[in-house]
Amino acid sequence: MIDKNLLDNLLDVYPGKSMKNRKEHIMIKDSSQEKQHIKANTRTIPGIMTNRGCAYAGCKGVVVGPIKDMIHIVHGPIGCSYYAWGTRRNKARADKGGKNFINYSFSTDMQDPDIVFGGEKKLKQAIKEAVETFDPEAISISATCPVGLIGDDINAVAKEAQKEYGIPVLAFSCEGYKGVSQSAGHHIANNKFMSELIGNREREVKKYSVNILGEYNIGGDAWEIDRIFEKIGYEIVSTMTGDGSFKDIQAAHEANLNLVMCHRSINYIAEMFEEKYGIPWLKVNFIGPKAMVKTLRNMAKYFDDEELIQRTEEVIAEELAEIEEPLARYRKLCEGNTAFLFVGGSRAHHYQNLFKEIGIEPVLAAYEFAHRDDFEGREIIPEIEKTADDRNIPDLEVSKDEARYRLRLSKERYERLKEEMPLAEYEGLIADMEDGKIIIDDLNHYETEVLLKALKPAVFGSGIKDKYVAQKMGVFSKQLHSYDYSGPYAGFKGAVNFARDISAGINTPTWNYITAPWKNEPEIEAELGGAS
Amino acid sequence: MSETPRELSERKALVVNPAKTCQPIGAMYAALGINKCLPHSHGSQGCCSYHRMHLTRHFRDPIVASTSSFTEGASVFGGRSNLNTAMKNVFKVYNPDVVAINTTCLSETIGDDVGSMVAGMDIPEGKTIIHASTPSYVGSHITGYSNMVQAMIKQLAQKDEDSNSEKINIIPGFIDPGDIREIKRISNLMGIPFTMLPDTSGVVDSPITGKYEMYPKGGTTVEEIKATGNAKATIALGSFASKEGAFELERQCDVKPYVLKTPIGVKATDELIMQLVKITGEEVPYALEEERGQLVDIMTDTHFHFHGKKVAVFGDPDLVIAMTEFVLSLGMKPSYIVTGTPGKEFNQEIDAILEDAGVEDVKVKSGGDLLELHQWIKNDPVDLILGNTYGKYIAKEEDIPLVRFGFPILDRSVQSYLPIVGYRGAMRLIEKISGVLLDRADRDSSEEELELVM
Repeated sequence: MIDKNLLDNLLDVYPGKSMKNRKEHIMIKDSSQEKQHIKANTRTIPGIMTNRGCAYAGCKGVVVGPIKDMIHIVHGPIGCSYYAWGTRRNKARADKGGKNFINYSFSTDMQDPDIVFGGEKKLKQAIKEAVETFDPEAISISATCPVGLIGDDINAVAKEAQKEYGIPVLAFSCEGYKGVSQSAGHHIANNKFMSELIGNREREVKKYSVNILGEYNIGGDAWEIDRIFEKIGYEIVSTMTGDGSFKDIQAAHEANLNLVMCHRSINYIAEMFEEKYGIPWLKVNFIGPKAMVKTLRNMAKYFDDEELIQRTEEVIAEELAEIEEPLARYRKLCEGNTAFLFVGGSRAHHYQNLFKEIGIEPVLAAYEFAHRDDFEGREIIPEIEKTADDRNIPDLEVSKDEARYRLRLSKERYERLKEEMPLAEYEGLIADMEDGKIIIDDLNHYETEVLLKALKPAVFGSGIKDKYVAQKMGVFSKQLHSYDYSGPYAGFKGAVNFARDISAGINTPTWNYITAPWKNEPEIEAELGGAS
Repeated sequence: MSETPRELSERKALVVNPAKTCQPIGAMYAALGINKCLPHSHGSQGCCSYHRMHLTRHFRDPIVASTSSFTEGASVFGGRSNLNTAMKNVFKVYNPDVVAINTTCLSETIGDDVGSMVAGMDIPEGKTIIHASTPSYVGSHITGYSNMVQAMIKQLAQKDEDSNSEKINIIPGFIDPGDIREIKRISNLMGIPFTMLPDTSGVVDSPITGKYEMYPKGGTTVEEIKATGNAKATIALGSFASKEGAFELERQCDVKPYVLKTPIGVKATDELIMQLVKITGEEVPYALEEERGQLVDIMTDTHFHFHGKKVAVFGDPDLVIAMTEFVLSLGMKPSYIVTGTPGKEFNQEIDAILEDAGVEDVKVKSGGDLLELHQWIKNDPVDLILGNTYGKYIAKEEDIPLVRFGFPILDRSVQSYLPIVGYRGAMRLIEKISGVLLDRADRDSSEEELELVM
């Protein structure tokens, strides 16, 4: 069990102010307390060595960038565009007859004079050149730190270009200093999608039509979900945004159900969809067979069709039968171990079941940039106070689209279903963790190091910046952002891939070689230096 | 890369698939070459995370650095309080001997004067803070490396008037720790005392021991950096990355600078060794003579693998300049030579090498990008691409072999441990280049054409 002194000692090193601050971001789950709270989504302490990124990463890197058939121009010096080039594994293949710019990096490469005299002219020229060179069907512009400071009006440039070239041009004011983390960027992207992208195209959809929200197709996750959905008979109107196409997103308002995978990054859109178009949203989890089965059953129940329910059960039975043997085999290689999870704003929760299903117990879960509702559940939202840093990210007010608003469920049925499944609801990470387990917000380098030493987990599920820190200590580290270039991990087949990769990492022979033999066996048989 | 059109269009504003990145990552890398140093990024935290991630992916080793974590408020009113808080936390929690601050486009645009902020700070006894201005909208990551090296020298190097040091300073440039180790080995073989500055060997190629060391054994110590002012001479390897530091030391402490190429290939390595001989009067030991002879022996044995093959070379200017000279020495024909780093010196140096070799019709570009390189290749293909990992998109699309060299290499391992510089490094490059060209010949030959001996 976790030693409570561990956390007190952990804080001892901090200067007074930082100690007080960090204390509120760390907790131990204790279900005997009525409601446990945590502090989250506040400023990063300078110099603490956070793992957090910025609003640009959250907007362009996470939400906007995966849309494959748009040219994403980054307005700024070269770094921001360069570092987001190919490093998040949001896979995409071109639609038939469509374009795919996913392997490209586009930048205005701002120079000294652009900072001094403004960069609007260069941005306009860059859009012109993108159109002339690639003839894209849509363009995005993402702002970086200096853009807001020098006062470039990227929205005006976008509007003008949209008119001139007759294609959608979306501007995202996602300067890196906005908010306190990637999270601000998600919000900025969501707002723009809702106000300028979604609802711009009409199309016919089938009865069992869904949008998959907050699924970025890392390592092909979305394709595994597509495979299962198509087998059952669902129509996927759009995926936001893994392997996404902007035309599909334009017609997203036609779907009959929204599935929310990553709550943090996309809940804004889910809420606005319901308000504006009457599409309910269901919190789902595609990670781990048990969660996948639950998700599929909830979906079938939502659409309430005997044939669909039956088909769902057939597919579940088929899929489970297929993975039973390999999963059991890998489980044998993994069970009895513990894990330490530190991911962005979603996976530290969503992977818990999958770890448990292969016999590994998560003992600590931490987020970089989740909000209190991701920890404590959405019921806490009315209590969350806005800080000075949030107020700069405007909430988009949407209202009922009278022409296109359509109730998908009767009020009574909606209320009844709400009792049975997480409709417009997310209960958060804390609820799913067992007593005595540690929960941390904005974990930093120092805390990671101390806790890895103290907890000695078999697996540290985190990111690239701390992967090798753990491995130098002899702790296997599995990247839960990039999947260490493997995947998919979602769905049924993904669970087997995951179990294979975890068992390989825990059991690789290299762990036996860390200590050199002469450090263990000091006996010396030969005479030294000829002395006798 | 299937959207790349064959037809070239003139671009003045849009960069597509850059062959460079921004300043602070180079400064961060240079700072890691100081013993017990924590690099610090004065800007919003996204930059710092990106730079750490990118270096980590290249070296597959932990890369530590802290950040001032600007918010919108600090971006308007200045980052002094962020920096003060950061330094308090850094020294208390992470206890480095040195903090090396770089700036980002954010703090540079708002005009934070980091020097005066540091001057007004209460720094714990025995601790050092240095700082370099590294605006991302000027130059590239190589400029950032150069600026941080210059800052180290400007802020630390001293001259003791009565000192009579026999040491040579070597500024290695933005190269891998395996290369730095090789340059040190050559100097040691020659019996020359030296200070390598900065020195990332033993920092970003550290061993696994079961114990994590936040500050690994490697890196140049502050004492050693201070003493560079007493050295006999400075060898700056690679003019873009290293000459400013060497010139700074000349201005400040009157240490004579010698700017040489990054020692890739027989000619550039010869020049380094000859320069060391000239400065120190030391003789070249047989061990090096033997290595050189082995290299030329290999070049002779394999010349027909390379002769007349067309090559595209891209990457950072110092490495590309040296690599161009090397491929010419193998009898290959450079067709396209590109760096993303701006600077007309690049074209001048390349032109001089080409003229020397009597080679014409080569497209040379500084401040170029990989889209244009790809378009050139589409119109007139090459037999081989030499460059970093991003070259793989072109290599795959056009079915051309790629030999990875330079920064970053994100999709292969080991490269940072083994050298490409010196005679031994040249052997390794020949093995790699020869390997991909012969693998290609094997792959493309019919069964009856397949050669056993090549």
